[in-house]
Amino acid sequence: MQLNMRKVKEFIVEKLILICGLASIFFVILIFIFLAKEGISVFKSVSPFKFLFGKSWYPISEPPQLGILPLILGSLLVTLGAAIISVPIGIACAVYIAEVAPQKVKEILKSGIELLAAIPSVVLGFIGMVTLVPWVKSVFHLPTGLTALSGSIMLAFMAMPTIVSIAEDALYSVPKNYKEGALALGATHWQTIYRVLLPAASSGIVAAVMLGIGRVIGETMAVMMITGNSAVIPNTILQPVRTLTATIAAEMGEVVVGSEHYFALFAIGIVLFVISFAINVTADLFLHKRK
Amino acid sequence: MYKIITKNLNLWYGDFQAVKNVNASFSENKITAIIGPSGCGKSTLLRIFNRMNDLIEGVRTSGEIIVDQENILDKGIDLVDLRKKIGMVFQRPNPFPLSIYENVVFGQRVHNSLRKPELDSLAENSLRSVLLWDELKDKLHKSALSLSLEQKQRLCIARLVAVKPEVLLMDEPCSTLDPQATQRIEELMRELKNNYTIIIVTHSMQQAARISDDTGFMLLGELIEFGKTDNIFTNPLDKRTEDYITGRYG
Repeated sequence: MQLNMRKVKEFIVEKLILICGLASIFFVILIFIFLAKEGISVFKSVSPFKFLFGKSWYPISEPPQLGILPLILGSLLVTLGAAIISVPIGIACAVYIAEVAPQKVKEILKSGIELLAAIPSVVLGFIGMVTLVPWVKSVFHLPTGLTALSGSIMLAFMAMPTIVSIAEDALYSVPKNYKEGALALGATHWQTIYRVLLPAASSGIVAAVMLGIGRVIGETMAVMMITGNSAVIPNTILQPVRTLTATIAAEMGEVVVGSEHYFALFAIGIVLFVISFAINVTADLFLHKRK
Repeated sequence: MYKIITKNLNLWYGDFQAVKNVNASFSENKITAIIGPSGCGKSTLLRIFNRMNDLIEGVRTSGEIIVDQENILDKGIDLVDLRKKIGMVFQRPNPFPLSIYENVVFGQRVHNSLRKPELDSLAENSLRSVLLWDELKDKLHKSALSLSLEQKQRLCIARLVAVKPEVLLMDEPCSTLDPQATQRIEELMRELKNNYTIIIVTHSMQQAARISDDTGFMLLGELIEFGKTDNIFTNPLDKRTEDYITGRYG
């Protein structure tokens, strides 16, 4: 009798866990279906090619012009700038924490970086607005400091914690005997780091960079506050840009439900989804290669 | 001729004394084996000779280790030069996750800027000296991690030989290998001793008896007995050595 009760309990718990597990997948699928259903409707009035590569985004003119190329380029420019800033600093920081720093400093740095990750993006956004934006304006003698560069610098701060902690993890999990082997051959500490440890950790480091970039490209609040939000194709990093994310966030509130503009915003959502999905899959591939 | 002479050598990990007052002389172009039960300090002793213990926090040493009239425990010693001269082979083969070729030329890349033809001939000679050349000459650019354990250990020896050291320290180099591979590595060591001074730490008394010229027996950090291998194994002076080699403990 007791045995049966136990079996029933086991059964119930197992199924409950199964349902929870399936639920997460189910919700992702639901979200994707909804996004796709609403987004694809935009292609009744504009061809996918024109949508992706059209040069003007005037969604409320008559007829609306729904070309998102300026937005894609805006996102890419800000992301690229953020990557150029955060990748070298992030990796160097990871190397310092994993290999060079004394125990005390290591702990302080690690918690400092966790703290950086904990700052809400809107806070980073307004700090950027009152400090970074005027600084960029005066240093480069610009009419406005609300530029792609400001966005890149701010986003670099947001990518850094991801890059540092995952890259540090990758470096830390390089087998200790590689390091011993290199030192025993008379390599210096630095030679050991860049000839053995970095190559050994390379797939983890690439994954760290990809996940950092993934975080940047999906970021909305800070970029909306400090990149100027003008939907024109940027010539330099010192111009205002508007990103994919900021467009959705700024316009979704006022759009007429069921209009072309409304569907276009969902289609932008699909584009973002595809980009982040690709980045995450790449990161995953590299992480698994490591194992 | 003695290559390495230790005088009143002590080592502490924090409060724990791992090596106690060791006095020994290691002959040039000979194989010296250090035997003893686990935890007796034999690996620690080996790792003092190229200062690998410096990597561990809280290590202190006292006494002297004289190599070519120089005390290598001196503060001013250049560790890079020391480790070029006194190289080490580890218990677990640890080739770098690079190609076979890059593993062999690693030391030269780090120390000198040789050109490609010189590196190529260095790689060939080093691999020949560990009898790997014929097996591997067609896959030099494959990852070293794809090799068998024995090949990996040979590669690690080749990588060391390519730096042209004078002393090879070997920390249980055969403990992960099967008996055939062990036998072949031992043959290799016999060949290498013509050009190098070899100090090997080993768990296996049979291995020490087979390959070494001199043997030291360590127990609880002390060097109990040190002398010709034949004497140690047939006519040990200390009761504790006799008990160990006859298998009464260990």
